[in-house]
Amino acid sequence: MLKGIAVSDGIGIGKAYILMDEKLDINDEKITDISCEIDRFLLAVEECKKQINELYIRTIDAFGEEKAKIFKAHSMIASDEALLAEVKNKIKNDKCNAVFALNQVSNQFVDMFAKMDNEYMKERAADIKDVSSRLLRILLGVKSQDLSILPPNTVIVADDLTPSDTAQLNKENVVGIVTRLGGRTSHTAIMSRTMEIPAVVGANEIFVYVSDDDNIIIDGFTGKIIVNPDEVIIKEYEDGKIKQAHEKEELKKLVGLSSITKDGYHVVLASNIGNVQDAKASLKHDTEAVGLLRSEFLYMDRTRLPSEDEQFKAYKDVLQAMGDKPVIIRTLDIGGDKELPYLDMPKEMNPFLGYRAIRICLDRTDIFKTQLRALIRASAFGKLQIMFPMISSIEELREAKKLYLECKQEIVDQQIVISDYIQIGMMVEIPSVAIMADVFAKEVDFFSIGTNDLIQYTTAVDRMNAKITHLYNHFHPAILRLVNMVIKAGHENGIWIGMCGEAAGEPLLIPLLMGMGLDEFSMSATSTLKARKIIRSLSKEELEESVEKVLQMATAKEVEAYLEGIAKNLQATGL
Amino acid sequence: MKTQTVTITNETGLHARPASLFVEEALKFKAEIFVDNGTQKMSAKSILNILCMAISKGQEITISADGEDEEQALTSLVAIIKSDLDE
Repeated sequence: MLKGIAVSDGIGIGKAYILMDEKLDINDEKITDISCEIDRFLLAVEECKKQINELYIRTIDAFGEEKAKIFKAHSMIASDEALLAEVKNKIKNDKCNAVFALNQVSNQFVDMFAKMDNEYMKERAADIKDVSSRLLRILLGVKSQDLSILPPNTVIVADDLTPSDTAQLNKENVVGIVTRLGGRTSHTAIMSRTMEIPAVVGANEIFVYVSDDDNIIIDGFTGKIIVNPDEVIIKEYEDGKIKQAHEKEELKKLVGLSSITKDGYHVVLASNIGNVQDAKASLKHDTEAVGLLRSEFLYMDRTRLPSEDEQFKAYKDVLQAMGDKPVIIRTLDIGGDKELPYLDMPKEMNPFLGYRAIRICLDRTDIFKTQLRALIRASAFGKLQIMFPMISSIEELREAKKLYLECKQEIVDQQIVISDYIQIGMMVEIPSVAIMADVFAKEVDFFSIGTNDLIQYTTAVDRMNAKITHLYNHFHPAILRLVNMVIKAGHENGIWIGMCGEAAGEPLLIPLLMGMGLDEFSMSATSTLKARKIIRSLSKEELEESVEKVLQMATAKEVEAYLEGIAKNLQATGL
Repeated sequence: MKTQTVTITNETGLHARPASLFVEEALKFKAEIFVDNGTQKMSAKSILNILCMAISKGQEITISADGEDEEQALTSLVAIIKSDLDE
């Protein structure tokens, strides 16, 4: 069976279109009129820059500034002094034709960059190739394959797609993309997700099996590729596709509706995000808040700590993107499985029980205060809620709050405008906190239950250990009892309670959590509308009885079976 | 011709964005500008050349400028190197 890496959801059924680099006719024919050949080359360079600029503008319009940046880099390469000078020299000294000269020079650069032991440089090799092949085609008068005029229901099959390819691709007619190369973070993968075209990459043997105009099915969920399928299979996939499209349409109807139960109980459906792009994407799924912004993204993949201004700008961007919707930003949560090489932290025997998250921040107050100051300054641009991770004792919470107040005072003294809305909350992810929730609730504005760690710490199950995954279970009755305790204690003290662990988006658990009275459910944005659909079919008061029953159960299996029963009932009654 | 020697202090060296900033600045001047890292001497106006030199933190480079605006060119390029290129 032909398989690759699924990188963009959806099923594509259509005709294969093989995108191949045509063989360009590059020969060593000598020229006589040197200045004429150089002029010809420089004219081609001008045309090339013009084309790149068109792609730049088209990409800004379609996908925004960030995605268009690549063409700025292309333009710089096309006008690069060294590249142009070397080509001109070759024409002059060796009497080479421009095509031959350019091909040699650009290959030298590509080789040099591709050999470097650095991802960034290797990517630049691809850029040089993209630019030089554009230049060569202009010089040779070869038209490039025009991806903007493909027939409907086309599945593009290629080695890999370049930025030039994706920028001009017609989204309406392309129903799928398969590439031989690439991985989850390759250009093709990222752009196919942005364009919402189903895609499979890294399908090594694709060209062995596929030729132009073959019927082809690609499954962007599993990575399966089926070439010339029989009618039964086509029917099966088409039905599946219709069902999915139907579900998607049905869910779209829920955009703009409130997340309210049949008996009038409101909840907030929020998103877990990592950066401002995610924030914007989440709005398309009608998210009502950000329930967790992992601030780690600012600290990772770099060589030193981000400055206050840099953080300020990033937080401000997210707050502005969300407008009047509240945004929970969690302060730095590293350690455990997330390391920052530049902090040079020693290896630990038990990293999940070690020096991590708030424990690092309370020790390295310089790092913590920089972040707090950036957050407080950004508060003026939206509705900010600050959340501390990994609190295990009340002293830590008080210390963190004390530092927060110090920073706030400093900023006020500098006469910088800040919001008077800012809420302070904490993660509940350690059993000691869940047990003492009533005490903590008196000193914060909200709780957010982090089920992933809460399960791991309560049941003593390492969630990274493949041998014991069967023991890691969010239906575990002990976890559900703890969650119920935390919600109760919070409500008795007048604060709201959210959940940002994976359990919050689990369809089977939503009714139960609703019955317990959870106020905010934070999940991946794509699950929001599905959750809304479930919520709108529930009656909170009826579910309170179910909660009582579940809390008396002894095993995760019983719980799961019972919750499946509830889900089936809901479906039977027209959901 | 004017020359000045500076030490690269930013973490990433003259790579990626810092390299683009440096070359973009060099392109603003009429003078011929070169970067010499002791083993190679390359035009400061070529992003491909500058990237190829793979200049990293702690390395010393000599910038030379020759032309009517050589003084200004040198001052602003040295200023760029000394400013915090990582920001």
